[in-house]
Amino acid sequence: MDRVRGKVAIVTGGAKTILSVKDLTVSLDGRSILSGLSFELHAGEMLAIIGPNGAGKTVLLKTLLHILPYQGEIHWVESARIGYVPQRVVADRQLPLSARDLLNAEARFLQLSPADIERVASATDLTAEVLNTNIGILSGGQFQKVLIAAALLGRPNVILFDEPTASLDELTEERVYELLNRIREEQGITVILVSHDLSVVYRYATTVLCVGKGRPCFGPPKEVLTPEALEALYSAPPKFYQHLQDHHGV
Amino acid sequence: MLALLFAVAAGLVGSFALMKRMLLAGDVISHLALPGFGLAFLLKINPLLGAATTLFLGTLLIWQLQKKTGLATENVIGVVFAAALGIGAAITPSDELIEALFGKNHATTLLGFLLGALAVAFIIAAIWKLRDKLVLTLFSPELAMATGVKVDRVNLCFLLLFSLTILVGLRFMGALLAGSLIILPAAIGRRLTNKMSHFLIASSVASSLSVGAGLLLNSVVPKFGPGPSIVMVAALLFVICLFKRS
Repeated sequence: MDRVRGKVAIVTGGAKTILSVKDLTVSLDGRSILSGLSFELHAGEMLAIIGPNGAGKTVLLKTLLHILPYQGEIHWVESARIGYVPQRVVADRQLPLSARDLLNAEARFLQLSPADIERVASATDLTAEVLNTNIGILSGGQFQKVLIAAALLGRPNVILFDEPTASLDELTEERVYELLNRIREEQGITVILVSHDLSVVYRYATTVLCVGKGRPCFGPPKEVLTPEALEALYSAPPKFYQHLQDHHGV
Repeated sequence: MLALLFAVAAGLVGSFALMKRMLLAGDVISHLALPGFGLAFLLKINPLLGAATTLFLGTLLIWQLQKKTGLATENVIGVVFAAALGIGAAITPSDELIEALFGKNHATTLLGFLLGALAVAFIIAAIWKLRDKLVLTLFSPELAMATGVKVDRVNLCFLLLFSLTILVGLRFMGALLAGSLIILPAAIGRRLTNKMSHFLIASSVASSLSVGAGLLLNSVVPKFGPGPSIVMVAALLFVICLFKRS
């Protein structure tokens, strides 16, 4: 990993670049959230964006989706089809809306066939019973699967996940990550993942991008997540890193 | 006949307004017509023309204020509503105020009927075309945007369709009660079913029943007036629905 003038070094290789971000700056309500961020992402990679609360991880994802205004360059390759799983959808329990209704609406909007709904339901292990249940009464894990199915519906080759397991119990969290990894491997999808869980980052990510305090970092987890970098990022003592090393043999 | 057609449109629009949690906001929007009535009476032009002008200008004002100021919808609507009611009450001649607020029996001209029927057909077709975008938007605006839905435009279209529905209902329901037929049937439909498609149908049927029975009641007791009669029937239907087991 290398750092150049406070910006992330661009890693170049043989793989096809699917996303190129250059001098990205985002300010919201007059407050600077991201400043001068540059990186490239290659097809098939799993990029984990880490950083403390309020560092701008979610803002970065929404900016990549062109939902928020920004300065700088965000260039997706023309063939990029992007799926998105948001951090939190507060489902209105009063909505008379089943998971199937939601997927049907999206499928019609994207001009897809009902067979596509069955395809994503199968890929995410959603049963007919869950599909026909009102979204307001789904369990956290089932709801997350519905969001992932909705993201997969348009046959994306890139998926952006914003803390996909926040508020889920440990076992469900494990299952969701296994599902994500399986989909990534089976369908060759490029993944951008925001996560607070460093053990997940070590296990699944091929590349890490740090945003927040200190200088941004970018590279493979084992190279980037040094005790010094983590301490600078989270203001946390290095023993946390040591603990992770013990668990994952990093 | 036009009232029954209006009822179907009001049921559909009300269903989505309920899901967007803007039923009361919608009721308030109907009051935007009042200054238009007042101006029309003063200028001696067709009252509906005046009502349509202030209704749509007010709707656009609400949409713009919401976007530009970042204030909550209910906040913006509350401000515009209070201003519209004040101006409307001040400039509408007192003899006409009751009619403007509560509606009146009117013999509809052929042109009036055709224009009304055309508006209703447009509302129903537009809601049907917008339904998927509305569903995606009300579930999660961010997810809808990421999917490619132009959420701002969908919200504006819905507000305008809402205002058009109110406009069609103004003549016989009045500015104070036109919103009621958007609120009550949707509440009845929601009480009866948990399924989206059934909900849309149930709201429209409840709305049509309220209008049909309400107009019948008005023909028996004309002093009630059409608007109050329809609202009383709709409220009664809602009370009956409360006895349905959840």
